[in-house]
Amino acid sequence: MSNKSSNVGGKSPPFEFVAGNGLIDRRALLGRGVAFAGALGAGGAGSLVGAAAEPLVDGPWSLEVGAAIPSYQVPSRFEKTVVRTVDNPNNEPRNSRARTPHHLLKGIITPNGLHFTICHGGVPDIDPDQHRLVIHGLVKRPLEFTLEALDRYPMVSRVGFVECGGNSAPLFSNEPLQENVQALHGLASCSEWTGVLLSTLLEETGIDPKAKWMIAEGADSPHLSRSVPLAKGLDDAMIAMYQNGERIQPGQGYPMRLWLPGYEGNMNIKFLRRVQVTDQPGMTYYESKIYSDPLPDGKATQFYFVQEVKSFITSPSPGLSLKEPGVYEISGIAYAGTGRIAKVLVSADGGKSWAESALQEPRLPKAFTRFSMPWRWDGGPAILQSRAWDEAGNMQPTREQFVALRGQTTKPPNVRGFPGHHFNAITSWGVEPKGEVKHVYA
Amino acid sequence: MRKFAVRAAVAVLALGASVALGALAFAESPKLGKPITQADLAEWDINVLPDGTNLPAGSGKAADGAKIFAQKCVACHGENGQGGTAVRLIGGPPKATLDGGKTIANYWPYATTVFDFIRRSMPFTQPRSLTDQEVYALTAYILASNKLIGEGDEMNATTLPKVAMPNRGNFVIRFPDRI
Repeated sequence: MSNKSSNVGGKSPPFEFVAGNGLIDRRALLGRGVAFAGALGAGGAGSLVGAAAEPLVDGPWSLEVGAAIPSYQVPSRFEKTVVRTVDNPNNEPRNSRARTPHHLLKGIITPNGLHFTICHGGVPDIDPDQHRLVIHGLVKRPLEFTLEALDRYPMVSRVGFVECGGNSAPLFSNEPLQENVQALHGLASCSEWTGVLLSTLLEETGIDPKAKWMIAEGADSPHLSRSVPLAKGLDDAMIAMYQNGERIQPGQGYPMRLWLPGYEGNMNIKFLRRVQVTDQPGMTYYESKIYSDPLPDGKATQFYFVQEVKSFITSPSPGLSLKEPGVYEISGIAYAGTGRIAKVLVSADGGKSWAESALQEPRLPKAFTRFSMPWRWDGGPAILQSRAWDEAGNMQPTREQFVALRGQTTKPPNVRGFPGHHFNAITSWGVEPKGEVKHVYA
Repeated sequence: MRKFAVRAAVAVLALGASVALGALAFAESPKLGKPITQADLAEWDINVLPDGTNLPAGSGKAADGAKIFAQKCVACHGENGQGGTAVRLIGGPPKATLDGGKTIANYWPYATTVFDFIRRSMPFTQPRSLTDQEVYALTAYILASNKLIGEGDEMNATTLPKVAMPNRGNFVIRFPDRI
């Protein structure tokens, strides 16, 4: 790692470069906040002071009374581009997906309207008063619960991510697909979930000693079902009814979903209506075919479940071009279905040198963690990468390491396709001399 | 009203999932679950397990399934199940790769999954509209057309779980310690 300093612009304390191609010590984000904020707003090459400001005037909004306050507010009309991308807008009889615009968001909580959604038979219109949750099978007392009843149970709130097992699947492509972070990684989101622990309800039903699995089922038209090890059901599984404080969105499973922190999204059964405790897995369609992948040696994965340690840079990223050389904040998210994120390293030279990023608090287990890294772009080519570690020491693999174990396609797939699942390797963004950011393999 | 989860705790210990004990031991519950009888949950009790548990009465053969397929499935799955707006159900490449080609014949480990999925999810726009007899017939048609059973073989609660699926022994579990 380089230790040299550079006095950029002459008026501020020098930056401490900590890795190649302009990465600046993360402590610059904390200790020199004022100087750094100035640098962010400025633009001139090497300058920490912006061009002279124009004389200030009152905007029209300052000279008239504003609009009435709505009963349920939505973002400013100037934020209309901050939306999910939907791939089945006419609701044709097939799967539908909406992806989170990570490149336009900050922090770790995904706004409810922007949480990713996948439905396999449209979004059901469930009357919460008529919805029922049944727990039966290898239990002592099969029981039925209403939403009203569950609202009286002791509730817990936990922040955590949900990620589709197929998120990042376009990176199985043998060639980098020129898509943005929303298209590549938009099937992951993070919320505060509130509900009743499944273990509380299983205590009430009692469990037969022969029980080893449970099969969860939704009230949507596919009656989507997945098998879950009972150990997970008794560990941290939640019947989630609230998302960021309000009732969960229809796209997240209104009025209740199974939330299995850290496990692949499809298992987190939405519109949950039934949990059957069993002695064997159901070998349902989704675990038999979809979330199972062929391996290079001819075998195939089964019961993958865990979303392994992963990170990607959300800014800069494709579509967010750099307008001019200067200081920028590299920002991204990291998460692990195994626990807390321990550290995230960032490289600006395609992995030749690395520096430790700043991790924002809170840093919660099985939740998004926001990382950031100050960077001075000198106008030359750069390849930005992030690499995360969880607290158990599991390391996010390089793409090369990942492909050696899991394979890749022989020809580029449709970006909306799912050639494989559980892709968690490093993503690389190539910065071109004009500031354009492209998806590259490095 | 603090409840100590003795019964559940025993089951948990049997599983070795000691992590759950903390959550269970202090859970207070208003106990508002209503007992439900097997008869009252029968309409929803549709999980078929790979050993055949919970397969319903009834039976079907490929010839009957072909007729139902032509009426209710062909629009999406194509003539002879060769694929259309929905996936191919019959034939396909000998081996699945990351370029595609996972089929019932070369990939699915259990034939019971065919019955379970058709019954719970198909037809796409009219799920749960097929009788168990029709589901058995469609299952027989798909399995016979893929040469996994004979054309005249009857599928029922006894025969379906015994269908040999070629790829069954080919899976590796990623995290065995989590099961």
